[in-house]
Amino acid sequence: MADRRPKVVGFCCERHAMDSSIFSARSGRTYDTGLRIIRVPCSGRVDGMHILNALEEGADAVFVLGCLEKNCYYDTGSVEGRKRVEYVKSMLSEVGLEPERVEMFNVSSSMAWKFPEIVSRMTEVARRLGPIGSGGGDGR
Amino acid sequence: MIVAERKPLDEIAEMIAPFRKVAVIGCRSCVAICLAGGEKEVNMLVSAMKLKNRNEGREQEFDGFVLERQCEKEWVKEVEDRILASDIVLSMSCSLGAQTVGDMYPHKIVVPGLNTKMFGVPEEQGVWSEKCLGCGDCMISTTGGICPIARCAKSMLNGPCGGSSDGHCEVNLDIECAWYAIHERLKLQGRLDLMETVRPPKDWVPSHSGGRRVLVREDAKLTQHQKRGEEVVE
Ligand code: SF4
Ligand code: SF4
Repeated sequence: MADRRPKVVGFCCERHAMDSSIFSARSGRTYDTGLRIIRVPCSGRVDGMHILNALEEGADAVFVLGCLEKNCYYDTGSVEGRKRVEYVKSMLSEVGLEPERVEMFNVSSSMAWKFPEIVSRMTEVARRLGPIGSGGGDGR
Repeated sequence: MIVAERKPLDEIAEMIAPFRKVAVIGCRSCVAICLAGGEKEVNMLVSAMKLKNRNEGREQEFDGFVLERQCEKEWVKEVEDRILASDIVLSMSCSLGAQTVGDMYPHKIVVPGLNTKMFGVPEEQGVWSEKCLGCGDCMISTTGGICPIARCAKSMLNGPCGGSSDGHCEVNLDIECAWYAIHERLKLQGRLDLMETVRPPKDWVPSHSGGRRVLVREDAKLTQHQKRGEEVVE
């Protein structure tokens, strides 16, 4: 399992989330390339189905990244995003999967340092849990 | 509308576990509006079940799709091939849809993916509340348009009971007392005299107490001749 690169999918809103990834790259910060970014107009556009699909298609962990709550470009978009993530987490628990495979985070454009932190955290989760059905990653 | 709620996923998984090909059938009507069995919910359920199976090393095939109305035979008939190709049908409609499919294909095992809860209305996004019990003899003309059968915990015909307090029901302080609501509505309409009018005991025969109800409209029914014609056309 150690050779396999953990697969992480990040649904990033094209406002603060994408900006924070761009500013983080411009300031020379790096992150694991096992990340696949899916740019969405707003984190509130992400549906539970999109998250489950990503897991079904082979992602080990998925995060949704939106604007800070109360500072969302679309007012309450990131609050919506969080509700969807919480619902999917409850579904994962119900079917015996680790809910921590899915998380919601919030950033503002200027938080360049936070983007690589989030990627590292989710990559760590993906590495520890391994692919779904593999019987476990490094952490087992 | 009919309000339903998805069953816990482990209960659903247990019902379908012994079968290989599972047809998961949703409905675009009431249960889509109450976010329980529409297209999105069918897709999410299939996805979650596939992930569960992958995690547990179980092989199962899912065919998920949605009908306009699962309680009407015409729509069900259109997907007959897919129903017959399955080993079990998981119905994501209210029980009326599940029973329609089951009655049409009695050799098929049809299990419900939803718990059918009530006749209710969407109060706000994500909130539904019960407003009718289908008693078969509507009396809300005498109660300000508010149903005491469904909305009063004791289905009192002459309320309120002694437990009504500050507009709340003694059975559950989080819900309003139906008879308080009726009083306020009648007051607004200047019809408080109706509060004093004694409603006699209700005849429950038109309700479910009289046994299973079947409604027939002779003017709408097809004649034998028309039915034969239908067969010829087929
Ligand atoms: S009186 Fe009967 S039919 Fe009318 S709303 Fe109440 S339960 Fe329904
Ligand atoms: S408090 Fe009101 S709603 Fe509750 S049982 Fe009594 S009359 Fe019915």
